Amino acid sequence: MAARLRAPGFYRAGLLMVGALLFAAALTWIVRMATGHTTYQHYLSPNAILTVALLAVPLAFLVGIGGFDYWFYWALGKPTRPEDHSGHGAYSWKDYFRINTDHKVIGVQYLVNSFFFLLVGGLLAMLMRAQLAQPGSHFVDANTFNGLFSVHATLLIFLFMVPVFAGFGNYVIPLMIGAPDMAFPRLNALSFWLLPVAGMMMLGSFFAPGGAFADGWTAYAPLSVNAPIGQTFFSIGVQFAGASSIMTALNFLVTIITMRAPGMSFFRMPLLVWANFATSLLVVIATPFIAASQFFVLLDRALGFNFFNAAKGGDVLMYQHVFWFYSHPAVYIMILPGFGIISEIIAVKSRKPIFGYRMMAFSLLAIVGLGFTVWAHHMFTSGMASWIRIPMAITTAIIAVPTGIKVFSWLATLWRGVLHLDTAMLFALGFITTFTMGGISGIMLAMVPFDIHVSATYFIVAHIHYVLFGGSLMTIFAGVYYWFPKMTGRMCDERLGKWHFWTTFVFVNLTFGPMHILGLQGMPRRVSTYASQFAGMNLFISIASFGLGLSTLIFVYNIVTSWRGGPRSVANPWRGMTLEWQVSSPPPVFNFDRLPTVVGGPYEYGVPGAVHGIFGPAPAPVVGAGAGMVRAPSE
Amino acid sequence: MPSRRAIGVAVAAAVIATAIGIAISFAIHWFPAQASKQAHETDTLYHVLVIASIPIFVIVTTVILFSVWQFRMRPGEELKDGPPIHGNTRLEVFWTAIPTVLLLSLVGYSFVVLHNNEKKPAREIQIEVTGQQFIWSYQYPSALTGGPPINSYQLYVPDGVSVQFNLHSKDVIHAFWVPAFRIQEDVVPGITTHWRATPDRLGSYPVVCNLLCGLGHSLMRSTVHVVTPARFQAWIASQRATAGAGAGTSSAAGGASG
Repeated sequence: MAARLRAPGFYRAGLLMVGALLFAAALTWIVRMATGHTTYQHYLSPNAILTVALLAVPLAFLVGIGGFDYWFYWALGKPTRPEDHSGHGAYSWKDYFRINTDHKVIGVQYLVNSFFFLLVGGLLAMLMRAQLAQPGSHFVDANTFNGLFSVHATLLIFLFMVPVFAGFGNYVIPLMIGAPDMAFPRLNALSFWLLPVAGMMMLGSFFAPGGAFADGWTAYAPLSVNAPIGQTFFSIGVQFAGASSIMTALNFLVTIITMRAPGMSFFRMPLLVWANFATSLLVVIATPFIAASQFFVLLDRALGFNFFNAAKGGDVLMYQHVFWFYSHPAVYIMILPGFGIISEIIAVKSRKPIFGYRMMAFSLLAIVGLGFTVWAHHMFTSGMASWIRIPMAITTAIIAVPTGIKVFSWLATLWRGVLHLDTAMLFALGFITTFTMGGISGIMLAMVPFDIHVSATYFIVAHIHYVLFGGSLMTIFAGVYYWFPKMTGRMCDERLGKWHFWTTFVFVNLTFGPMHILGLQGMPRRVSTYASQFAGMNLFISIASFGLGLSTLIFVYNIVTSWRGGPRSVANPWRGMTLEWQVSSPPPVFNFDRLPTVVGGPYEYGVPGAVHGIFGPAPAPVVGAGAGMVRAPSE
Repeated sequence: MPSRRAIGVAVAAAVIATAIGIAISFAIHWFPAQASKQAHETDTLYHVLVIASIPIFVIVTTVILFSVWQFRMRPGEELKDGPPIHGNTRLEVFWTAIPTVLLLSLVGYSFVVLHNNEKKPAREIQIEVTGQQFIWSYQYPSALTGGPPINSYQLYVPDGVSVQFNLHSKDVIHAFWVPAFRIQEDVVPGITTHWRATPDRLGSYPVVCNLLCGLGHSLMRSTVHVVTPARFQAWIASQRATAGAGAGTSSAAGGASG
């Protein structure tokens, strides 16, 4: 037992977490005693202990499972274990529940973890729709309802949309650029394990005294400053999720810049790599801002800093500027990798080169640049200085241009292709349709007088779900169906996949389409009850949303059964040119047994004799290489 | 290359779909009652946006459906590739420039509407609005009452007269929204925000808090009564008669929270 408690793993993590809890209690006790809380029972404040514990316990967990072992050993001057990649590969399901530095294992960890939170977040939405099926219903009380939509949005943004693309990137990008792994494998492992921590914290807020955080995922101050302790779960949980995305983004940037195979110039990179490059730029620049916004709230809540207390000179609007300076680029963080996925699928399944490759890459960078200049369009009715609305409306309209370039280029890629209409392609085509809807309502929202009417109504709910569900989630489903054979070595069931697509496509539109009209008619969002005039449409939406929920079960069933017993996949079932399809399915532990050299573009379909990568001879025994540069797993 | 006939069918289908879409957009009852001058301008802007959007959406879906119809893989084409078309600079310039022009003209038009909606007219009355969890209250200043200000939980405005609402919050952020006027603005602690509207239709319309303000947010509602100027004066007079008690309690509450 003692050895188990010393070795990295869940036992050590549990022990350290108990220690961290005691540390939190002791620290707050001492501080409160020192600052003049005279009565004995006031020394122990549950809220104070919880606030410190929410920071300390997750860190203890990460230390316990071994996330920091290498750096601790190095800092203490002890002999470090070299990264000999002996931990690579997963040989049983248990290997997915430990620190693992293999980018393919981490990719799967990311994806499965993300889909777990997708299902949880979707379930919360079902509960909301049950409450909203009729006006004045008492399925849940107002506090619980506010908690439901807040946790729903938070989980699906921070624990699903953002990390699921990092999951795809983790798995696919080193393979696509011809690298053996990510640049920083230990950092990669740590960045994954921050996510379940953040997710459990946000879900755990439902058990906090006073209920879950209930101020929306936007957590506007000063409401969030005076909210019950559940709000602290959000403020701190976001720090962990944000730290995870920053680490991963840095890892992607360094990997993409420094670890490309010989010949893989920037303009020979597949567009998914470009998309992750652009996204990572957004993440590293923007994410610190949401961390800051939540630290402000935390300091206000825990220590009375009065950042947002107007009576003490605080500035309420400042919260929104800092918050949206991240959270608007976050929308692009949640769609650009999806653009990359769609570009891969459309080119391969149309059997044509992507139309206007360079413009596709440049438009991503244009979105990155413009993405930082539009944040205040979330604040047209916030009471900020009115002139800010003018430049922000112009940039918001202009940012639709690079997005339009991408849509038109995909359409031109379809033209005269040989379209393989399998599940991945159906999701890609469905994505273009629903995302265009979301893009159009987005352009409408750039028009200030119109936005003044519909801001914060169900029109916004419709818009964001067309963009994120009809947009991003469709690309994610497409990506899963596309790379599933590569990741698992097995094929998905096409018939179930097509059922999944059609039910999703129909119910997305039935659920979110009518919400546009509700918003225009005057129904605000984030309400647990509403005027009786909206009853019919809300009942319709609730029923459709349950259909949408059920459609996800087809997907889950398909994935689980195909993973367990689907037919074996060949290395390259879609006849793709990019490097990940040139290795076995699933890929070898070290990705490339023969080193690739890139000699052409990634989408040269139909060009006679064109190849993207060629592979050198099988490696000769490595002469004079450092200790265990390439070593078979010791198991 | 697809046949001329197939392209003809697609173009015809797209034109018909656009026409049907625009017809439907006029048939749908998008908005609640128009009760202000601003509402007319905003609704027209919305209709213009919808009419501009429908062809774009139809073009995108038509190309997708046409490609599925014409270019899908037939039996025997499993190993066939499409023609290696890498791009077309003229086409790419075209679909960069046209949307840019279209978007800039739409946003320019929206600024005209914005300017008209927010223009300060020669004659205007002021009403102070206070939001607090979870109730709206209103103050009619001396300039309106000809005496001491009147505090009330009821909102009456005269038909045809521009009203500037000055918004104050006692606790957290609210949003003062009158869907029938098509205007809202956040009510922010620490600053005074404003919006103006010229009611032009008699009747009673909902006032909605449109920014999550806590447990009672869903129920933070009020009503705005648009009445004739004569009735408005009569209402003010009746309020003045009963002002003593109302003003006393209301200002006491204000003092306590300030």
